[in-house]
Order: sequence, then structure tokens, then C-alpha cells
Amino acid sequence: MAKHHMEATVNGDPVEFLCETEETLLDVLRDTLHLTGSKEGCASGDCGACSVLLDGRLVCSCLVLGCEVGGRSIETIEGMAKGESLHPLQEQFLKSAALQCGICTPGVLVASKALLERSPNPTETEVRYWLAGNLCRCTGYDKIVSAVMDAAAVMRKG
Amino acid sequence: MAETNGQTNGTHYVGTRTIRPDGVDKVTGRARFGADYNLPGQLFGRVLRSPHPHARILSIDTSRAEALPGVKAVVTRADFADQPSEFIPAGEMMMNYKDVVRNVMAREKALYEGHAVAAVAATSVAIARKALRLIEVNYEVLPHVIDVVEAMRPDAPLLHDDLFTAGVEPKPDKPSNIAKRLEIKVGDVEAGFKKADVIVEREFKTAPVHQGYIEPHAALASVSEDGSVELWTTTQGHFIVRAHCARLCGLDMGKIRVTATEIGGGFGGKTVVYLEPVAIMLSKKAKRPVKMVMSREEVFKASGPTSGATVRVKMGATRDGKFTAGFAELKYQAGAFQGSPVQPGAMCAYAPYDIENVHVIGYDVVSNRPKVAAYRAPGAPISEFAVESVVDEIAKKLGIDPVQLRMMNAAREGTKAAYGPKFGPIGLEETLNSIKKSEHWNTPLRKWQGRGVASGFWFNIGGETTVSLTLNEDGTVSLMAGTPDIGGLRAALASVAADELGVPVEKVRPIIGDTGSLGFNFLTGGSRSAFSGSMAIVEAAKQIKTELIARACKLWEAKPEQVEWKDGAVRPLGALAEKVKPMTVADFAKISGKLGGPIGGVGRINAQGAGPSFGTHLVDLEVDPETGRTTILRYTVAQDAGRALHPAYVEGQFQGGAVQGIGWALNEEYIYGEDGRLQNAGFLDYRMPVASDVPRIDTVLVEVPNPRHPYGVRGVGETPIVPPLAAIANAMENATGIRFTELPMSPPKVLKALQERGLNTRD
Repeated sequence: MAKHHMEATVNGDPVEFLCETEETLLDVLRDTLHLTGSKEGCASGDCGACSVLLDGRLVCSCLVLGCEVGGRSIETIEGMAKGESLHPLQEQFLKSAALQCGICTPGVLVASKALLERSPNPTETEVRYWLAGNLCRCTGYDKIVSAVMDAAAVMRKG
Repeated sequence: MAETNGQTNGTHYVGTRTIRPDGVDKVTGRARFGADYNLPGQLFGRVLRSPHPHARILSIDTSRAEALPGVKAVVTRADFADQPSEFIPAGEMMMNYKDVVRNVMAREKALYEGHAVAAVAATSVAIARKALRLIEVNYEVLPHVIDVVEAMRPDAPLLHDDLFTAGVEPKPDKPSNIAKRLEIKVGDVEAGFKKADVIVEREFKTAPVHQGYIEPHAALASVSEDGSVELWTTTQGHFIVRAHCARLCGLDMGKIRVTATEIGGGFGGKTVVYLEPVAIMLSKKAKRPVKMVMSREEVFKASGPTSGATVRVKMGATRDGKFTAGFAELKYQAGAFQGSPVQPGAMCAYAPYDIENVHVIGYDVVSNRPKVAAYRAPGAPISEFAVESVVDEIAKKLGIDPVQLRMMNAAREGTKAAYGPKFGPIGLEETLNSIKKSEHWNTPLRKWQGRGVASGFWFNIGGETTVSLTLNEDGTVSLMAGTPDIGGLRAALASVAADELGVPVEKVRPIIGDTGSLGFNFLTGGSRSAFSGSMAIVEAAKQIKTELIARACKLWEAKPEQVEWKDGAVRPLGALAEKVKPMTVADFAKISGKLGGPIGGVGRINAQGAGPSFGTHLVDLEVDPETGRTTILRYTVAQDAGRALHPAYVEGQFQGGAVQGIGWALNEEYIYGEDGRLQNAGFLDYRMPVASDVPRIDTVLVEVPNPRHPYGVRGVGETPIVPPLAAIANAMENATGIRFTELPMSPPKVLKALQERGLNTRD
């Protein structure tokens, strides 16, 4: 079977890769580009562990095909920290102990970043509904929600 | 703090909210979990699973699969030697290798839908999948049984023709699906019921629920020509994985090196092996590394949920609220092989209370479901759900406040528990008091809202633990533990090591060592890893301090009584103090090449004295009478942690356990069709709580120090899942007047109950 030759931008860098028609963006990220920060928890779009931004829009990368991303821009957890400094969300997750096992954390962080980009001052309810697509089995969400709201406050101060 | 055993160190980091040492890796995507490991030349393994809930395997023909280009190995039952029947303790549960080998790969029969029947390793996942379709399995489909009560009937389809009920005299002459009957008996319950002014008897049913870790099982095995094995796997106990694989694959333990990857949740479900022995056998045949990862559907169908159960509870109390007798009959599903957590369930049932007369009967019952695995306080949430529901009903009948009634009967220091031991200092009363005093308890509710309270208990364990501390040449400290870090262990242990050695916590780098780097460790489970690990660190640090004192004496030409270890340094005393300056661990480390050589300590302990942890939960909820949907409005957890080494991660345990309990109470269940097949093997239909389903989970950290731990620590991880089921059922009763006895209290069930009583309208 002929593979598709794709060119895209991942975390600001140009990438090219070959992929089978049935390969998902998550497969491409993890297996071809070796960006294993995005996790596969379900492969059906229910857990959000594979969350990435596709042209700025939050998607489950397990529900996007690799051959759909030609010419598009993808942001993953690996692109969230800039140089030496962590993103305020990453900082706040550490300070608030908003992770236990950490498997859902990359997806939760990417989803939270997408939220704060569109809504810099979210209510608790807004945070909870926005993150309803990201399953976490360890924390009961409490410290995650606090961390997102605290990070939002930090970011508003600039 | 050191109030309990004469530690002289002032603690500095213990009890504070340090940044976890593994945190940056986890917020940047750098941390490597099970499926993130790859090796050059690796193959991809896939498992063929039975579509039938119960079938005899007449033959397996793998020849066409083996002939497919790209297929490098195929394994079936023929590749695993049979194991003798022998029960060995496995933490909180018992295990039998005869069953383990059959669960890893079906032998005579497939016993549940999803049971592994064969496995393939190929050069790509696509080829491996294609090869599975070429394996011909000739099944003789047998009648199946899913429900626990049906499985106990004499005419039920029989899973194992060699299973005779243990624990009954005389030994039955016919096999059955009842693997074991057990009994706990203290006093005389009949006499106790005679003394009672009020008796409540109820039957309860709970559904099997999955641990629901977000990371599926994954393993990468590499077997060389000389039989050496390297294995990377996501597990709660890599030393246990090594033991199981050695046994099942016929290898020497010393040949197997297991590295525990970062683990994406376990909750008990990653204490057993599924893929690991299969990956090893495939790699052994192919002589190439083999990577295997389960799909979510496989996780649901083939890895352990916990038991569903049918439970009957009968309790009696006097008019003034003293419990006089407690009876319970527990029927727990074990899945396809015996070994449900009915024993701990029976032991925990009445543990929160001081009752003179207790009788608990338990049954361990097999049926055509996946074999259960441990799930957070295995067995306890089920039995305590039933008892705590009945306690609430007694309170209502007697017109006594439910917190007060619990307080009147609460186990306290000196109470002899029905399951045997006499409790030391415990914190149940403190948790009840803190709930009673809370603003939450004293806030008014509206119509269709309800408030519920329930308490819970878990034993906690200690066990075999090895931790090493090594002083590096620059005075930094390498800490190696051997229990996988599931939720902040490294943060807690780093604080303890820093305090013990008097170094800044940032100078301690904790890692989880592989099985070749450290002595034996039992697994992360039983709420033991922080408890036992911190004890082992105290021991390792003591060795270092003793050595440093000896070196100081040599260097200073002093006698031992002229020096002391205080506040992170060896200090000269008396006249000596005018001649020499105190030396820190870093000072010694920097000159170790000239003075005595490498410095380190290894704590090798079999940790005893695990203190039980009690908790009390308080919940407010609202029922929508038109849809039957329940919304949790407010939630407070009060639990005794003994001493919280890292309060934020202790709170996290409380909160996470509570929310898992909310899922168990309201939504989660394995749904089977008439055909014996699981109908909801995915996260869309197996509905775990999401962020918008739950409110803040408030926590009250009660600290009644455990006198048998140097810092007063108790295990905290498991107790939090025990009280929610009954707390929510009690709140439902408070909101609707209906006593729900069947979990989950999902919208259809609640709506039906409301309709039956004509309550399904808002008025």
C-alpha cells in the first residue's frame, strides 16, 4: 500500500512524514515523530489523553487521520514550555499537586491552554465543562481545576 | 514529627508541600509510561481473544498465521507449562499459579469473553492483526453464567470441574462455582438480636466496576539467546512481575531484569500479570524485542475489575443506640477464577464499630467474567456500603443523629475488632467530630436535596521494602526506591531523606530502581509505599549517620561521646567544639576519597505496624425527579492520615478515592447481554466521573500519629474509596425517602424508583 507523504508544522517546526491511510495523527506523533507526550487512553475520543491543538483548535489526535494534517499546524505538550521556562499552567500544576500518576496531564494541560486562550478569566463551571473531555482517574479533578484557575490569574497579571 | 519514637531531627520538609521531583517530566510530556518505550528491531505483539464467554478449546491451528510474511512468533497454551495448584499470599489477596497461567493464556477452556487464546508477534501491528484472523480455534461453545446468585445454583453451568467449595465440612462430593465459604464469628449474634429494640435487615447488590486507570497495560520484552530477559512494564510491582514471569516462563529470577515504567494509574489493577509473560515467550521465540499494548476494549474485557456482589446485612441496636449484633452474608464475584476480595470484605464489614456480637459469612464465587483484580481497599467498599446503609436506617428509626449514632458505637483505642486485633490509637472519632463541626454539616438543604454520611475502614499493610541512599561526591543524595510511584511517592520520600540527612530537598534525587539495582520490594499496594518506604529511609539514614560519626571520630581523634549528630551535621561536643567545626553530610562526601570511601545506606526491612486508617465522608446531592439524574453538590472527606508526609498528595488520595466512589455509586457498571458479552467496553458507555460531574472535594486532614512509625504515618490511599457508596445512598434516602440498595444508582434506576412511588414530578 502506498503511504501518503505529508508536510506539516509541529510545535513550530516543519516536519514531513509518510503515513498509512488508517494511521491517526496520534500514531504519527507517537510512532513516527517520536513525540510520546500525547497519550493513548482509549483511541475513541473519550479520554482526552491525546489532546493537541490543530490550527489552534483543541482536538483528540486519535480522531484525526495523519493524512488530514497536510499544511496544518499542530501543537503538542512537547511545545508548551518555551525555552527554559515552563508555561504558567505547567508551573501551577506542579505547585498545586494537580497530578498524581501524570498520564492524563499532557492532555489536560493542552486542553487547559486552549481554554485560557479563548477565555482568560473562566469560572469554575466553565473550567469543569471545558475539561469534561479529559478523564482523570487519580485526582478527582479538584486540584486540576484549582491549578487552571490559579494559572489563569497569573496569566492575566501577565 | 518525631514525637513518636525519639527521633531527634527537627523536621523541615516533612509535612510541607514540596514540588514533586518527577513533576517537570510529567508536565512536559517527557515522562515515559508503559507504551512510550521502544527498542530497535522490536516486533508488535497482539492477542487473540475468545469471543465466547464459555467454550471448550478443542484445537488451535496457528499454521496459516505462522506462514504469513512478517510474522515472527506465535504462542498458545502449548508454550506455557502447566502449574500445580497451590495458594500463595499476594499482598491483600491470595493467588494460585494454576489459575494465573490459565488466565494469561486459556488452556482447556475459554472462561470469559476476551480470554486470551493465542498471541502473535509481527513486524507491524497491521500484520499482527491480520495474523490473528488466520488462527483457527475450534470451540465447543458451552452454556455460561454471569450473575453471582445464579452461579451458586446447583444446576448452574460449571466453570471448573475440579473446584470443590473450601471451608465447608464435610468436603462437598460435587464440584460447584462456589470456591470458598468463610466465616467470622465473635460473641453470639442471636443473643445480640434478642437484646435489640430495633433490627434492620436488607439485601444489597453492587455491580462490578473497573479500576479505570487511563493508561492501558503495556509491556516491552527482550529475550537474548542466552536466556537473559529485559522487561519494561507498567506495573505496581516490578519485583512481583519478575517472580510471576520467572514462574510462568520457566526462567531463573536472576536472568530477568524488570524496569517499572512510569505508571498511568493502577488502583490495584496493575498488581497482576497479563501481557508480560506473553511478551517474554514471544520474544524468546522470535529472538527480537516484542512490544505489547492493550486497547481500551481489552482493558475492560480482559483485565481485572473488582467484584460485583450480593450482600445481606442484619443489625440490631438498643433504643438508646448501642449496636447489639451485626450479621452479614457476602456473595462476591471472583470472575473466572477463584480469589475475590471477600475475605477482606468480611473483615472490614464491621471494623468501624465496637460490637460484641458479629457474624459474617462470605462466599467466593466464580462466573464467566474476567478474573477480578484488587481495586483500592479490595472488598471493603462493598461490605461497608451495606453495613453503613443499615447503620443509617437504624439512626433514622431511633431518631438519633447518624453521626452521633456512629460516635456512640465507634471503634477506638482498645476496641477489639471483630476480625481479630485490638486497635491502637485510631482516628475514627476525630473524623466524625470534624464532620459534625464542619460548616458543611450545618448548612440547610432544599427540596430534592439530601445529605448523607458514612464512615470507612481499611487495614493498610507494610511488608518487604528496600531503599538505598547514596551520598554523591558533591554532597547530593541519590535515593532509590523499588515501589512504583503512583501518585507522589518520590515527593514524600525525598522530604523524609532530606530531613533525615539534613540536606536541602532539591539535593535529593529519588528514582525507582529496577529489579537488578535494588533488593526485593513488595509491590505498591495496601497503602504501603510511603509508609514502608519512609521507614526504610530512616533505617538507611541511620547507617549513614553512624558511619559519619565514626569518620568524624577518626578525623578528629575523638571518642564517640565527644560528638553527636544534630540538625544535619556531626557536631563536636565540649572542649572539642573549640578545636573543630561541625561537618555536614556534604563535608564528608567531598572528602570520602580520603576518608573511608563511598558513603551510603540501605534500608532493608519487613515493615510492621501499619496503622489502620478510618475516614468519614459527608455528601450533599440533588435528585432531578424528572430524569432520575443525581448531581453531587458538595463533598467533604475527613480521614486520619497519622502524619501526612506531603499533605497535598494525601489530600489528592482523599479526593481521588472519593470521586472513584462517586462513580461506583452513581454510574459505573459492567453491563452484560444475554449472550454473556460485555456491552460497554469503552469510556463512552462505561461512564466514569468527568470534571463537570463533581464539585470541589473538601478535605479534613486528621492526624492521630501511628506510634509504630517513626514519623507517625498511616497508609492513606485506600480508605477514601470505602465511605462514598453508602454516604451517597444515605443522601439519596435523605433526598427522596427511598432506600436504594442496588448500585449503581444510575438515572434509569432512580427514575423507575421515583415513578413507582409517584414521585417523578417537581411540585
